[in-house]
Amino acid sequence: MLAYIIRRVFQSALVLLIVGLVAFAMFRFVGDPVDNMLGQERTQADVERLRQQLGLDQPFPVQYWRFLEQAVQGNFGLSYRQGRPVSDILIERLPATLELAFVSGLFALAFGIGLGVFTAIRRKGFAANAIMTLSLIGVSLPTFLIGILLIYVFSVELGWLPSFGRGEVTRIGGWTTGFLTESGIKALILPAFTLGLYQMTLIMRLVRTEMLEVLRQDYIRFARARGLRERAINFRHALKNTLVPVITITGLQLGSIIAFAIITETVFQWPGVGLLFINAIQFVDIPVMAAYLMMISVMFVGINLIVDLLYFAIDPRLRVDRSAGKAT
Amino acid sequence: MTDAPLSPVREARALKRFKRAWDSDFAYSFRRSPIAVISFFVVVVLVLSAVFAPLIAPHDPFNPATLNLMNGFTAPMEPNAFTGEVFLMGTDDQGRDVFSTILFGMRISLFVGFSAVLLAMVIGVTLGLLAAYIGGWTETIIMRTADVQLTFPAILVAMLIFGIAKGITPPEYRDQMAIWVLILAIGLSDWVQFARVVRGATLVEKNKEYVQAARLIGRSRGAIMLRHILPNVLNPVLVIATISLALAIIAEATLSFLGVGAPPTRPSLGTLIRIGQEFMFSGEWWILFFPAITLLALALSINLLGDWLRDALNPRLR
Repeated sequence: MLAYIIRRVFQSALVLLIVGLVAFAMFRFVGDPVDNMLGQERTQADVERLRQQLGLDQPFPVQYWRFLEQAVQGNFGLSYRQGRPVSDILIERLPATLELAFVSGLFALAFGIGLGVFTAIRRKGFAANAIMTLSLIGVSLPTFLIGILLIYVFSVELGWLPSFGRGEVTRIGGWTTGFLTESGIKALILPAFTLGLYQMTLIMRLVRTEMLEVLRQDYIRFARARGLRERAINFRHALKNTLVPVITITGLQLGSIIAFAIITETVFQWPGVGLLFINAIQFVDIPVMAAYLMMISVMFVGINLIVDLLYFAIDPRLRVDRSAGKAT
Repeated sequence: MTDAPLSPVREARALKRFKRAWDSDFAYSFRRSPIAVISFFVVVVLVLSAVFAPLIAPHDPFNPATLNLMNGFTAPMEPNAFTGEVFLMGTDDQGRDVFSTILFGMRISLFVGFSAVLLAMVIGVTLGLLAAYIGGWTETIIMRTADVQLTFPAILVAMLIFGIAKGITPPEYRDQMAIWVLILAIGLSDWVQFARVVRGATLVEKNKEYVQAARLIGRSRGAIMLRHILPNVLNPVLVIATISLALAIIAEATLSFLGVGAPPTRPSLGTLIRIGQEFMFSGEWWILFFPAITLLALALSINLLGDWLRDALNPRLR
């Protein structure tokens, strides 16, 4: 168990080091950093001085080590485009993305589990079949088309909800939140739905499959024989046993929610880190790209690690299987 | 049959061959599935109209000489107020025929999609074969790389590759290179699936007797991998390629829609949707609607075809 944890942590650190190498290589080799920082009027002496200042005359491993040192402290230099520290820009944009991801994750989880249970219980019903068919089409629809469709229906035709931006935001310390104003909540609905829809269908299908599996078990039949009410059987006995894999998958999906937020944020002009990243790619703003890459990999690797360990802690069978497999 | 007279023997043989293909399990399962037939039909029509776009398109959307600004914003099937011209799917702000731009856009979407899948397939199959057949360090390095890449969503990897490639190419070549960079980005972001499947299948195949026999008669490693093992692991590769094609087309459209893909000078379906979105609020719905519905039909039918193919080639899954 301990060896497994240590190995997992070691692997995660290795992944981060590799991603760091990619980010560093971007800094170093995509465009000349000296060129990017000095204007047209410069002397050879300026160039040499800046090269020394930036440590570009040092050997490659030393430069990489320095980059990592700086990165760990959250220092990624100045954005080529905005001329401000990248870390400041990221921190300013992060609340918007996190709020969006949180709400859509919650939406996906609540409706995914609800609809999954429903379609499993009423397996042969018309409504359940309609939901399953719709979910197939939903998976094939590209995210940005769903966003555009929603904007067309609810903003252009009906005029109920805003089509872009975050609405009015309230500042609490370093955090900006859209939860406290009416326009902020209204602005959140369409993007959160767009972002959560795909994850919702995934969770729904997973819950449905697991539920169907569990409902076939003997203890469910026994619970029925004891004369328990359907409600109690479905929710207290069956659902509880389907939740372990659901939690794992949801945890892993958290990472892709943040990645897919890039698309949603662009469609709805949501001022988060995803939109920042896309703009950075368009203008080849390397420091922002590198910092976003590092930030998102820390999140991904961290989530993966936590989910792995959680799974290990929740399901004791895994531990037994592993040691048994090794003995043979 | 009237043009090219076949000798009765050859005719009979051709007929027999056709009948055998018609009666095969594969064809039977195809005929029995209306979804497969319909989506196959849609794909064929779309691909053919993209291939023959220069012949079908009523206008050349990339030749400024044939454009008339007076035709701008003509609604579908309504005569233009100034010139009286009628356009099947209307025109955009510059008077370009939407139907023609879709045909040419679909060409780019399909070209990028096919090329990217081909690239991913070649890389993935090669690395998968090498990993399984050689094993040892080669396998460790290849499969760990795959694991690391799989931690990140493919679309994010593609964006990153696109961004880096954009930084490396000089600005004046960026528009020309964009299509190739897209293929590279999507192809490199998608090889992992192929490598994993091929590795898994190869691990099973390599211990079978026919491989041992080939080794005994002294065939080289390369020949065993390419001539003996590869043909036997191709079925799952074909299924993944079909599903990857739909994903690649959607990925291309997404990247282009986000403005990090095909440039407006050579628009793909995604670029057209991006352009069309600007006119959604002012009521010119057709500039957005027709490219979007085309993309949808393309992606959905390829997806459904892939689903069917998976079931047809892999009866055990059912």
